[in-house]
Amino acid sequence: MWSFHKWFERHSLILVVGILVVVSIGGLVQIAPLFFIESTIEEVEGVRPYTPLELAGRRIYIREGCYVCHSQMIRPLRDEVERYGHYSLAAESMYDHPFQWGSKRSGPDLARVGGRYSDEWHRAHLEDPRSVVPESVMPPYAFLANADVAVEQMPEHLRVNRMLSVPYSDEQLANASIDARAQAEPLGENAFDFEQRYPGAVSRDFDGNPERVSEMDALIAYLQMLGTGVDFNVYQADTPENRR
Amino acid sequence: MTTATAKAEWRIDALAIFIIMALGVFYTLWGAAHATDRAFAVQMWTAFAAFMAGGGLLTYVIARGKGASETPSKYENGVIKAGVFASMFWGIAGFLVGVVIALQLAFPNIFYFPDYGWTNFGRLRPLHTSAVIFAFGGNVLLATSFYVVQRTCRARLAGGLWPWFVFWGYNFFIVLAGTGYLLGVTAGREYAEPPWYADIWLTLVWVVYLLVFLGTIWKRQEKHIYVANWFYLAFIVTVAMLHIVNNIAIPVSLAGWFSYSLFSGVQDALTQWWYAHNAVGFFLTAGFLGIMYYFIPKRADRPVYSYRLSIIHFWALIFLYIWAGPHHLHYTALPQWAQTLGMTFSIMLWMPSWGGMINGLMTLSGAWDKLRTDPVLRMLVVSVAFYGMSTFEGPVMSIRAVNSLSHYTDWTIGHVHSGALGWVGFVSFGALYCLVPWLWKRKQLHSNALVEWHFWLSTIGIVLYITSMWVAGVMQGLMWRAYNEFGFLEYSFVESVEAMHPYYIIRAAGGALFLIGAFVMAYNLWRTATASEPRHERALDVPAAAVTAE
Repeated sequence: MWSFHKWFERHSLILVVGILVVVSIGGLVQIAPLFFIESTIEEVEGVRPYTPLELAGRRIYIREGCYVCHSQMIRPLRDEVERYGHYSLAAESMYDHPFQWGSKRSGPDLARVGGRYSDEWHRAHLEDPRSVVPESVMPPYAFLANADVAVEQMPEHLRVNRMLSVPYSDEQLANASIDARAQAEPLGENAFDFEQRYPGAVSRDFDGNPERVSEMDALIAYLQMLGTGVDFNVYQADTPENRR
Repeated sequence: MTTATAKAEWRIDALAIFIIMALGVFYTLWGAAHATDRAFAVQMWTAFAAFMAGGGLLTYVIARGKGASETPSKYENGVIKAGVFASMFWGIAGFLVGVVIALQLAFPNIFYFPDYGWTNFGRLRPLHTSAVIFAFGGNVLLATSFYVVQRTCRARLAGGLWPWFVFWGYNFFIVLAGTGYLLGVTAGREYAEPPWYADIWLTLVWVVYLLVFLGTIWKRQEKHIYVANWFYLAFIVTVAMLHIVNNIAIPVSLAGWFSYSLFSGVQDALTQWWYAHNAVGFFLTAGFLGIMYYFIPKRADRPVYSYRLSIIHFWALIFLYIWAGPHHLHYTALPQWAQTLGMTFSIMLWMPSWGGMINGLMTLSGAWDKLRTDPVLRMLVVSVAFYGMSTFEGPVMSIRAVNSLSHYTDWTIGHVHSGALGWVGFVSFGALYCLVPWLWKRKQLHSNALVEWHFWLSTIGIVLYITSMWVAGVMQGLMWRAYNEFGFLEYSFVESVEAMHPYYIIRAAGGALFLIGAFVMAYNLWRTATASEPRHERALDVPAAAVTAE
C-alpha cells in the first residue's frame, strides 16, 4: 500500500497541491464558521465604536507594544472575575482591528481597567511606574506627555474603520479632528457636541495639561474607557442568546 | 543547456531584479516625501538606501561579468555561505536582545532609560522574537534548504541571480521590520508585527523563494523527491498561506505605517493564533525537520530509520498542526467548540511529533558510539530530544484544565524556549557546524573542544532558563488563584510580580550562558572558514550534470 506515495515523491506539483489541500482543511473548518455562525458574537447593549481620541490612544497602546505584557481578556474563572471583573464578552472587542487580547500577564489584565484609577494615577504611573507601584517592572512612558496627537489625521482613521464596517456616522467622520480635541477639552466650545455624538464617552483633560492634546491624553482616554461600555447590572449572562 | 541560453536567462533575471529595485526607489522616495509621520519617513529612507545599494550591487555584478560563467556542473554555494554568515550574525543579535529584555524584567531600575523610549520592553520584545525566529531561524532555513535541495536533487540551484534576490530581499525585510520596531512601527499582533509594506515585500520574496526551490526540484536528476524537501516545501507553501491571510489589512495612508486589520475581535484572534501557532508548526518545526532529515543521516552516516514512518510523520504532522491554534484561546470569548477542537488536535499532534522524534533518534542505530566522539552529532541528537520534550509539554499545556493555570504565565515562556533554544537552536547549530567545513572545503572544524564548550554552556543555559520559568510560571498561576481562609484572594497582582524577581535573574543568567555559547561558536566557525590549511575536496559533491559531462 505504500507504493501509492510515489505519486507525491515523483511529481512536485502533486506534492504541492497535496500539501495545500491538507493544510487548508483545519483552517476552513475552524475559522470560516466564525464569520457565519451568529452566536459567535452576542449582541450587547453598550458596546460602541471608539472616539477619535480613544482610537488614537489605542494606536499608541499598539505602538508601544503594551499587548506583550498586558492581556485584555478576562476568563470566566472565579479568581479572574473577582480580581478583574465580569469575564470578557466577544462583543466587547468587536470593533478592535486588530484585537489586543494578549497572551501574557507580566502586568495585570486591562480589559476593565477603565475607571479603576484616577487620571492622575495613570499619569504618575505612566511617567514613572515605580513611583506608585514600587515592585513594578513596567517601562517608563514619560515621553508621551511631550508628543502631540496628530488630530488632523483622525478622519482618515475613522474612514478606514468604517470601510471595515465599524459603524461611524457621517457626522462623526466629518468632525473626527474636532472631536479628538474636544474630548481632552471638557470646557471647550465643542465639548457639548462631542458628547452628543458619542453618548457615554467621557470628556476630561486626561493629562492635566490644557495646552496640548498629547499622546498621554489619548492613551489615558483609551485606558479609562476599557471595559466600561456594558452595564453588567443589566446584562443577563444566563439568557439563551448569551449562552454559547 | 548551452552557455548562450544560460547567459540570456540570467540577463532576464538581472533585468527583472533591476526593475524591482527601480520601483522600490521610486516608491520609497515618494513615501519619504509624503510621510505622515517621522517613523515612516525613517523607514522609507532606510528602504531607499537598501534599494539603491541593491541596484548598485547588481550593476557591479553585471559589469564584472559575474554569473555569466555559471555552469550547471557546479553547485551554487555562495548564497549558502552568505546565509551561514547571516544566521550567525542574527543569532547573536537576537540572543543579545533577549538577554537585555530578561535583565529589564529582573532589574527595571537599571535597564530602562526614560529618555530613550525605543529601548522599552514593549519595543525590544518584538525585536527579540523576530530576530531569533525570522532572522536567525529564517536564514538557517534559507541556507540549509538551498544546500539540501541541490544535493538531494543533484542539480544546481535554479534561477541564476534569483536565489541572491531571495537572500538579500529576506534580510532587507528583517532590517526594515527590526528598525521599525524600535521606531514603534508594528502591526500589533504577536509574531506578525511587521508593517503592511514589509508584509507585501516579504510576500514577493517568498514567492520567488518557492519558485527557486521548485525550479531546482524540476531540474532534479533523481527520480524521487527526498523527504527533507517535502518538509521544506510544506514550510514554504504553508508559511505563504498563513502570512497572506493573517496580514490582510488596510493602511490608513500609503505614506504611513499604521494599518487596520481586516478582521476584528474573535475572528481576528483565531486567525492570528492560527497563524502564530503554525509559525511554530511550519516555520520552527516543519522547516527544521527538513534539517533533521538531511543532516542527522548525513552526519551519522546512516540511512533514515524508517521510510514509512517518515511518510506518516509528514502528512499527519502537517494535517494536525493547522488545527491546534485555538488552544491559545482557552476560556476566552472564542466559542467553546473551537477551543475543544484546538485542544483535541493538539493532543493528537503528540503522536506525529514523537513519530518524527523516533525517526530522527533511531537513525543513529548502529552509530550510537559517535555521540561520544562527535559533539556536533551530539548537538543534533540532543536537539531531537528537546523536540520530543517540548512536543510532549505542548499537548499537556493545551488541555483546558492545565491551560487555566499555565495561560498568561511564564510557564508558556519556558515552554517556548525549551523548543526554541533546545530544538531550533541546537539543530541549527548542528547544521551550521556541518555546513561550514563542507562549504569552505575544510577537512574538519577548527576545534572540537570549542564545540564541547558551546554544547555544555548552552545546555546549562537552557536548563537554567526552562526550570526557572517552569517554577516561576506555576507559582504565578497558583498565586493568582490562591484564596485565604476567609474566602478572599490571597495575593494582589503585584505580589506575584515581586515573587518573580529571583527567577527572572536565573532566567537572565541562563540566557547569558546561551549567548556566550553562541560567541564561542562564531569564533570557531570563523577560524574554520579562514584556516590556512589546503582545500579539502569532498568526493562527489557535484551535480549530476558534472558527472555526465565527463
